Amino acid sequence: MEKLINLKINGVQVSVPEGSTILQAAKLANVRIPTLCYLKDVQCVGSCRLCLVEATGARGLVAACVYPVSEGMEVRTNTPRVRKSRKTTIELILSTHKKKCLSCVRSMNCELQKLALEYNAEEDRFGTDHDLKPIDDLSASVVRDNSKCIMCTRCVAACEKQTIGAIGPKNRGYAKVIGSPYDVSLAFTPCVNCGQCVVACPVGALYEKSAVADVWGAIVDPDKQVVFYTAPSVRATLGEAFGLPAGTNVEGKMVTAIKQLGDVKCFNMDITADLTIMEEANELLDRLNTGKPTPMFTSCCPGWVKFAEHYYPEILPNISTCKSPQEMFSALLKTYYCEKNGIDPKNLYVVSVIPCTAKKFEITHEELGGYTDAALTTRELAKMIKEAGIDFANLADGEFDAPFGTASGAGAIFGATGGVMEAALRTAAMKLGGKGAPLEFKEVRGTAGVKEAEYTVGKTTVKVAVASGLGNARKVLEDIKSGEKNYTFVEIMACPGGCINGGGQPYVHDEVRNNIDLKAVRAQALYDYDKDSKLRCSHDTPAVEVLYKEFFGTPNSHKAHELLHTSYAKREKY
Amino acid sequence: MAQNVFEGTKEQMSELLSCIEEHRDEAGALMPVLHAAQDIYGYLPAEVQTVIAEELNIPLAEVYGVATFYSQFSLNPKGKHKISICLGTACYVKGSDKILEAVEHELRIKCGECTPDKKFSIESCRCVGACGLAPVMIIDGEVYGRLSPADVKGILDKYIQD
Repeated sequence: MEKLINLKINGVQVSVPEGSTILQAAKLANVRIPTLCYLKDVQCVGSCRLCLVEATGARGLVAACVYPVSEGMEVRTNTPRVRKSRKTTIELILSTHKKKCLSCVRSMNCELQKLALEYNAEEDRFGTDHDLKPIDDLSASVVRDNSKCIMCTRCVAACEKQTIGAIGPKNRGYAKVIGSPYDVSLAFTPCVNCGQCVVACPVGALYEKSAVADVWGAIVDPDKQVVFYTAPSVRATLGEAFGLPAGTNVEGKMVTAIKQLGDVKCFNMDITADLTIMEEANELLDRLNTGKPTPMFTSCCPGWVKFAEHYYPEILPNISTCKSPQEMFSALLKTYYCEKNGIDPKNLYVVSVIPCTAKKFEITHEELGGYTDAALTTRELAKMIKEAGIDFANLADGEFDAPFGTASGAGAIFGATGGVMEAALRTAAMKLGGKGAPLEFKEVRGTAGVKEAEYTVGKTTVKVAVASGLGNARKVLEDIKSGEKNYTFVEIMACPGGCINGGGQPYVHDEVRNNIDLKAVRAQALYDYDKDSKLRCSHDTPAVEVLYKEFFGTPNSHKAHELLHTSYAKREKY
Repeated sequence: MAQNVFEGTKEQMSELLSCIEEHRDEAGALMPVLHAAQDIYGYLPAEVQTVIAEELNIPLAEVYGVATFYSQFSLNPKGKHKISICLGTACYVKGSDKILEAVEHELRIKCGECTPDKKFSIESCRCVGACGLAPVMIIDGEVYGRLSPADVKGILDKYIQD
């Protein structure tokens, strides 16, 4: 049994396991302590000094996020000394912060702004002592504005956790800034564009490269027909941007809102998730039958693909040649859909809505054909909906447009770690095992960083692994390289928890992230959606059947290869 | 910023790699390796930092972060003539910042940098114990005191002609 430590926080008696921090104990006592640099699962360094509290036995104020509890300790979180300290700390942070709050991407959603209000901080008590620093917007995905950076280093920790380390603190004292080595842009580093730094940032120092203006331009352009399609996880997170609780499925409202942006169509990207399964499953069988390299790795995640191109070029032949669902969808729209509807592909403007910043980078790859005109993050879509004056919460539910409306639940769970694997297993089990084959593969669900399972499908035994977060991916890859582990099929998603926790998802304050398992709550919305779906398997999706009948012939056909598959190449890091 | 071309030799690289080999599995290997690299090359060229990052399997940002944190590490080569300007308290109140500005202006490089012909490098230092002569500049160990910005050009000319 764990030893318990008894202490009092603001007079409330609590018992917590030995080794707990004051912050953890305070949570049990229902006492709120403000934090800024602390972010659960990402960083715990005690450097911002916002969580300082009084504790008996300590000489000065102590940082609650790192200070361990001791027997009989009495903690006070709300004394004049504590309040004054927090106020001064915030005022000092503000003295080097570009206070362009009204037009900031984080206005009304900024952790610093919230704390400044709570503690009555004066923004100019110490003047404004800083030079404006150049904004780095050369990356296709992520923009960095160091004038707004408050040096909490949450972004650095998030990047280190991904085992990339594209950015870090450099120089010293007043000259200290966060950035890439020398003054090169993020665009010329091994940054994989996952955007975990963006969702870790408490202020407006990191945000996506916006495509909002381009999309508005296309919507009002009389020569353009605009089509949107939305990625599986967007339905599970968009509501958060409008104050709905995390894990609310807002698919119907989302579709209605998109159609109210202008004369646009709205399709369901789950369809190309289903299509991916058809292509990928056939590719896997082909690999197994012809002795091509295995394990096969999934290829849906452009962050993971760039990671492999930088760090593991030797495994590129093992990555499925399937394009990501985004690139498959855009290719379909600019070919099949245009042909069918007599549209000149030049006049079709394709907008993908994705939870991801890496997919903004992906659409710039020439070898993918340039079929996607703009990629909007969940946050950017929310911004457009707000800009259009739409009352999101009170919208009626709409439906995706034909012919790309109905998809399977298997396509929907692509948005969570393990979802691609489960979708593939469903189709494989059904095709090889026939009726009565299992539909749910719970071993690959959940937010654990690495999951493994072994299934017997028909007469074949497959060993699978699922990793989310690039640190976990690296572990799996090293185990495979050393020969310690051997798998048939491996799913990798760059963001911890998968797309539901992607770098393009709505900003969630540390106070929420530190206290709920956001990844699990959001993923649950997708699994519930799947459970309620009429179709559970990718191969049952009518649009997929029609596509093979009318257009591609069979999976992995010549035409499918031309439009749905791609290749990879080694990338230098610097 | 003045650009310096990397002119490392094969011998220097093999010396660096053998030093990395020595420290490879130690925790905190980066510091001794950076010290060795600066001893070998006289400074820490970007190319060398990249090799260190790759070999130690750590991000370049971390190597660069450490190299720029400690003032004794230099990212720029040293010139044939090393100019050091005292920015200690006594010299500073006597206007040594203006002397530094004059030197920077004359050589068209910033403090911490080296001229492209590798003839001069400028650095600042704290008190050299010659406060009576403030403000003070030292070139190759020779002390020049009670300076005014107007003196700088004449002094540098001697070295330029050298």
